[in-house]
Amino acid sequence: MDKLSVICYIIPSMIMFCCGVYGFITRKNMIAMLISLELMLNAVDINFVVFNRFLFPGQLEGMMFTLFAIAIAAAETALAIAIIVNVFRAVKNVDIRDLNKMKL
Amino acid sequence: METMSILILAIPLFMFLLLGLTGMKMSHKLAGTLGCLGMGTTLVLAYTVAFSYFFGGCPEFINAAGERLQSILWNVTWLQFTDKLVIRLGFLLDPISAMMLVVITTISFMVHLYSMGYMRDHHGVFEKGFQRFYAFLSLFSFSMLGLVVATNIFQMYIFWELVGASSFLLIGFYYTKPSAVLASKKAFIVTRFADLGFLIGILVLSYYTGTFNFTELTSAPVEGLANVFQVSETTAEGVKSIFANSAAPLFMGASVMTWALVLIFMGGMGKSAMMPLHIWLPDAMEGPTPVSALIHAATMVVAGVYLVARLFPLYLMEIRSLEIVTVVGAVTALYAAIVACTQVDIKRVLAFSTISQIAFMMVSLGVARPEFHHGIGYMAGMFHLFTHAMFKALLFLCAGALIHAIGSNDYTAMHGLRKYMPITHITFLIGCLAIAGIIPFAGFFSKDEILTACFGNSMLWYVWMSAVAGLTAFYMFRLYYLIFWWKEHKIPEGHHAPHDQPWTMTLPLVILAAISCVAGFVPFGNLVTWNGHPMFDHVSFFTNLVHLDWTVAAVSLAVAIIAIVIATVMYRKENPLPAKFKNAMPALWTWAYHRFYFDELYMFITKNIIFDKICKPIAWFDRHIIDGTMDMFAKVTQRLSISIRGLQSGNVQTYVWIYLVGALLMASIVWLCLL
Repeated sequence: MDKLSVICYIIPSMIMFCCGVYGFITRKNMIAMLISLELMLNAVDINFVVFNRFLFPGQLEGMMFTLFAIAIAAAETALAIAIIVNVFRAVKNVDIRDLNKMKL
Repeated sequence: METMSILILAIPLFMFLLLGLTGMKMSHKLAGTLGCLGMGTTLVLAYTVAFSYFFGGCPEFINAAGERLQSILWNVTWLQFTDKLVIRLGFLLDPISAMMLVVITTISFMVHLYSMGYMRDHHGVFEKGFQRFYAFLSLFSFSMLGLVVATNIFQMYIFWELVGASSFLLIGFYYTKPSAVLASKKAFIVTRFADLGFLIGILVLSYYTGTFNFTELTSAPVEGLANVFQVSETTAEGVKSIFANSAAPLFMGASVMTWALVLIFMGGMGKSAMMPLHIWLPDAMEGPTPVSALIHAATMVVAGVYLVARLFPLYLMEIRSLEIVTVVGAVTALYAAIVACTQVDIKRVLAFSTISQIAFMMVSLGVARPEFHHGIGYMAGMFHLFTHAMFKALLFLCAGALIHAIGSNDYTAMHGLRKYMPITHITFLIGCLAIAGIIPFAGFFSKDEILTACFGNSMLWYVWMSAVAGLTAFYMFRLYYLIFWWKEHKIPEGHHAPHDQPWTMTLPLVILAAISCVAGFVPFGNLVTWNGHPMFDHVSFFTNLVHLDWTVAAVSLAVAIIAIVIATVMYRKENPLPAKFKNAMPALWTWAYHRFYFDELYMFITKNIIFDKICKPIAWFDRHIIDGTMDMFAKVTQRLSISIRGLQSGNVQTYVWIYLVGALLMASIVWLCLL
């Protein structure tokens, strides 16, 4: 346990976050964007757990937050998927560039 | 009495609404008959009211001393702003309003009847808009009656504008004809401009006197005659003290009262076509001829004279304003008489003659002074208004009959018509004799009284107005000879010979001619005087003859006869004399023919000076500076919003991208700062 310093957790989490950001900006498929969003969320969750573990050992606030965030993310994902499915039904497409009907 | 007075106003208004709203659904004949019936009823009512005012002997109208009183039959509060600022509508009966009721309803009824014949073509087909014509005639009659019976100056102003509006509608009756449209616009704008002065005058006058009511305004002013029109002593005293105070404030060297009266007179100048606001009247002849007879000869154009007569006691307080009235009148009378000598269009000759005759009335009021023959000028002015309305309406209706028969306004197309249209010929001759002032026709008596009044005032005006009277006789007989004599009438190819018109048109002519013969014997001095006090003790049919000032009468008669003889020599048979005279004074003739270039002068002032020099720079300033500033604000805002519009793409990924870049930038700034 002690062999791994905090940096060993932060770096992968940061790489995950950056991948999430990159994917969110570049992907045009809404499902892929949703996945990127989840990636960012999970990176943040990892940070929560790690900082709780290293800075305040013996306390559980960070853990609780993480669990909470995961639950909310699950609900959010369900909602987003439902919206995407409905959008697909309506326009037979999930490309973010083509979904501009409301703008006009 | 009260019911009758309400009906006098209500019937024409009702006829206007009825014919205006449902006229299109009626047949032409029904609309015309209804209009005539309505006006006929009004005529009977007005005669009844006037008769009972003058001869009823009711103590409300005449007191024990035989003085005629002002009587308000009814007066409704219409708008009340404060205790003092109240606008009422009512019915004032006094000598001049009773006289005007008679004049207006008589002429209006004649014109209603006459139009039944005039407003159709030779095959008897009614003109387009015949019902509308009758509706407008009724509107005009209503407005004019409301004007003369006004109890206060504000009511007068309202109806004053209404007659202007109905005059506008009737001049522009042939609205497809551009000249008629222009003429109606000109009439409206010129009189409106004059009414601006009238309105300011009303405001100034009522501000200083604190009242709009004629009875209070005219009851007190002159010392020793305080209670003439039987207003209570306290009111009279109150008004007198107001006048004493209001005479004090000076503005540009004249008292406020003088200014107010001159401004009010300006309104009268516009309506009565006094120089220099006369330019609309000759053009107003574009309207149908019966309209010219009714509005632009007999009734509306004398509204200015009526206004001065109505406020005459006030004018008497400020002799200077009366002198302005005299000068304006005298100059206009001479000018219009000279112009009338050269015109070709018979209606224009009559129009200028009207201007000249109205100026006669103005002069008569202007020279009237109570010290001379009980203010004979006032009586003479009103008398002339009465007789002139009759014979000028007659002349216009004759002109209408001629125009209807010939189809042209120029005497060059007429000549030698006496054999073809005998009734028109005789009635026109009677009209000419009346206006020329030949005994015993109506114009002789009224004109003689006016000249007597001028004589009593100053020698200058007496000689001046006598000369104008001579010119009047000359140009009227010139017109008469050129229409009915000069040379044989040439009937154009394919036309049948001109003939007298149907009875609807000749009957009014005969009636008016008969009135013109006998109207001079009406003992006006006992009916209409400036203070209601009768001028003669005994009245008989020959009162006017007995009381003539025979020196003045003989001179004016001689002048008229000489003028007629000259006209006879020059125009009875075709001869080169007129051309010789024309060539002897080419400049004067050309100037007179072009009406002394007044229209061109107005055109120059309005177009070259007001429009080009004043309005155009203002328009430029408005368009470029004011609009430009506002445009600049709009353009800057628009540019700015266009440049940042790209940020709001609606694309969530762009937002994220921008957010990310922003966050990184801020983070790096914070980081750099911390270092």
